[in-house]
Amino acid sequence: MATPTTRRGFLTFLVAAPTLTLATDMSAEAALPSLPAPADIVDLGDVLILAGTPTSNMLVLEVTPEGAVHFRLPRAEVGQGITTAVAMLVAEEMDVPVANVRVSLSDARPELLFNQLTGGSNTIRSLYGPVRRTAAAARARLVAAAGEEWNLRTAELTTKNGAVHAPDGREISFGELTATAARSTAAVTAEPKPEAHHRVVGTEQSRVDARAMVTGQLKYTMDLDVPGAMPTVVRRPPTINGSVRTVDDSVAKAMPGVLAIAVVPTGVAVMAETFGQAIAAKDALRVTWNKGTVDDLSDPDIKAKLRAAALPFVVPPLLTRHVDGEFDFAFVSHAPMETNSAIADVRADRAEIWAGLKSPIVAKQTIAAALGLPQDKVTVHVTQGGGSFGRRLFFDAALEAAQISKTMRRPVKLMWTRVDDMRHGRARAASHHKIRATFALGRVLTFEHRVASVETDFRHGLGEILTATAAHLPVAGNLGFAETVFLTTVKVPYDFGVVTQVLNEVPLRMHTGSWRSVYSANTRGAEEIMVDEVAAKLGKDPVAFRRESLKSDRQRAVLDKVASAGDWGRTMPKGFAQGVAFHDEYKSCTACLVEVDARDPGKPRVVKAVIAVDVGRPINPLGVRAQMLGGLTDAISTTLRAGLHIDKGLPLEGSYSQFHYARQKDSPTQVEIHVMPANGEPGGAGELGVPAAVGAIANAYARATGIKPRSFPITFPVDFDPFPR
Amino acid sequence: MPTYTFSVNGKPVSIDVPADMPLLWVLRDKLGVKGPKFGCGIGVCRACTSHLDGDEIQPCVVPAAQAAGKEVTTIEGLADGEDLHPVQEAWLEQDVAQCGYCQPGQIMAAVALLKRTPNPTDADIDRIENVCRCGTYFRIRQAIRKAARKM
Repeated sequence: MATPTTRRGFLTFLVAAPTLTLATDMSAEAALPSLPAPADIVDLGDVLILAGTPTSNMLVLEVTPEGAVHFRLPRAEVGQGITTAVAMLVAEEMDVPVANVRVSLSDARPELLFNQLTGGSNTIRSLYGPVRRTAAAARARLVAAAGEEWNLRTAELTTKNGAVHAPDGREISFGELTATAARSTAAVTAEPKPEAHHRVVGTEQSRVDARAMVTGQLKYTMDLDVPGAMPTVVRRPPTINGSVRTVDDSVAKAMPGVLAIAVVPTGVAVMAETFGQAIAAKDALRVTWNKGTVDDLSDPDIKAKLRAAALPFVVPPLLTRHVDGEFDFAFVSHAPMETNSAIADVRADRAEIWAGLKSPIVAKQTIAAALGLPQDKVTVHVTQGGGSFGRRLFFDAALEAAQISKTMRRPVKLMWTRVDDMRHGRARAASHHKIRATFALGRVLTFEHRVASVETDFRHGLGEILTATAAHLPVAGNLGFAETVFLTTVKVPYDFGVVTQVLNEVPLRMHTGSWRSVYSANTRGAEEIMVDEVAAKLGKDPVAFRRESLKSDRQRAVLDKVASAGDWGRTMPKGFAQGVAFHDEYKSCTACLVEVDARDPGKPRVVKAVIAVDVGRPINPLGVRAQMLGGLTDAISTTLRAGLHIDKGLPLEGSYSQFHYARQKDSPTQVEIHVMPANGEPGGAGELGVPAAVGAIANAYARATGIKPRSFPITFPVDFDPFPR
Repeated sequence: MPTYTFSVNGKPVSIDVPADMPLLWVLRDKLGVKGPKFGCGIGVCRACTSHLDGDEIQPCVVPAAQAAGKEVTTIEGLADGEDLHPVQEAWLEQDVAQCGYCQPGQIMAAVALLKRTPNPTDADIDRIENVCRCGTYFRIRQAIRKAARKM
């Protein structure tokens, strides 16, 4: 039985266990942190924190007899380094070495309601306080147990390196104390350390999982050995959302290794002894298909729809001097290295699922409904993912694996092929942008941005969160989810007079989804190009113009940092140029300065990048720099060469030989990333790196070539023979 | 089905598989060697990069028959027990990996490069075509430079 103990600020539930295992929880009698007033909510991260606040301390931490601390993280690790950052927070509060902290990913926990969604660059923002409070409570209980053991007052005791120390030099390890601490019902109080006392937080920490990764020991979903789960692939339709009409499996079912074939809502599933055999048999199926949902659509049709959907400007062009710009961005695959995959073991009365899931509660609920099982009979394990970039907000592989397992009546190890992952997976929606800036006397008077985008699918639990927090949202009227996300994630960081940013979506039944930075890469990227063009009209230097237009000294500091560290304005050889841009989101800000070699305008390369980033309070500066480096590479890719062509209802690109995500040869040989010192609470870092880098690269390209980039990626031919449909 | 005998990370194996089955699936699904990752199946993402008699290969496009009588080395066979290979050490020192999925292949490609070219230039490093979707390329470049100095 759990034993609630009243404590200052919050309750700790001792979980019945032989070792100290505690779950902290908010309750009505404990002081809830006050919910932010609507006016305090300025971004999507605030919305996610608000929705998660009632359950934010339902975190589970255990101290083992060996002295290890095991923390169960209700988030998904997909490469962003949150298990390392959270291990640091626990180590800091408990005075244990980071190496003694093990962070595992929680199964889906429906009782957490809105507090198990990994997105919005929000993990550290939402968990910084709760993780520290939980760890501080555990430390206090261990200290109390030592006090009982020695008959000393806890105020006399200190903790260091995983042990409690008495003034007379005696020490006792946390591992030795954990059983005693688990039996104690003494009331203890605990507050996290003052930040000034931090010795771990803010220092550079290597990834806790790095050794497993470089030795090939890290287990991704397809590396798990679930008894009986055999390799399975799906033959998919020739167009998006097509469905099976007829199947002739006479050849396929006789092929070596084939174990089962079944029709499911998304196609025809083939199970075999090995993936090699499953793929071969899948290709040997003869299938006819019903039409999909966008069979008649190709890029020109989509572009025309977007242009027609972009809302008109308010300010007429004749009254004042102005600059107009129109921009197009292609669809972009998330294309994580680990393709969409899941393991499912569905029985008559229960089901068990393994997958990399950023939204596991909704996955569990949806899968339970699809299988006709009660929710508590479906166990959903969250495995570490091989990349996401927004992709694993969707649980389509987990749902599909469950449906196949139910139909075949056996456990299933489902892997999407790369071709399927690119053509039937998710993508950043294509968008069209119209921007008009008017100016007089050296100042911008109005800045209008009209965005038309193919609808971005948020049906992974975010809609429920927005509904639950609707009363607190800073947006007026009855806006849709998409507009709400847009308005809480995108903002112009400059004093540009009257600023309006408006999104209008074109609903097309395609597989879209948030792609690292959601709307900001395109929206803010295009705006940063316009900032350069306005500066040119005003006869101002791009850095100087941004400097005078930014709203705060904190913002100016990152801009100044890249300008000085990157030697802004230095003389460049012909065909080379520098470009700069700035971006502010989720209470963090960044500036990016790149140098581009565009001697051949068809083959530009970013040769150097200097980035400055202020995340308020960096937990692990090494991890923050990793995120910014990833954002830079994403920007290089999507600005210069990587996108999807849609042709008659299907992307043409089917692998990395066709979807030109950057390789080593496209990556700069010099990169400097400067992390600004702590100056407040942690802001978001996961998506921050993309938009400024998009702007900087485009601006450098324009300065090097004299060509104003308007369509992205800049170099985007169909330079390959598409795979058969 | 034919039987093929070869060695994987120093251990002899004999296996009955169709001659044209890609080596990747022999390793992963028959032998339980999970370090080489599937990323494309056509040898372009190179997440499965391993060595055959010391030369770089992409097991997703090498038929099983081609391994007969040879020595296959995957990421699992690179370290000497607990002692990591200098390239793996450099990878840890530069904190290269993010999601980690491509890194076994990146490391095996780097080891092969350093074997061919002990002091690679930036142009040599540029020729590594392995995809890293997390975009860690600059840290990979730094790690290769550092490993070259160690070796």
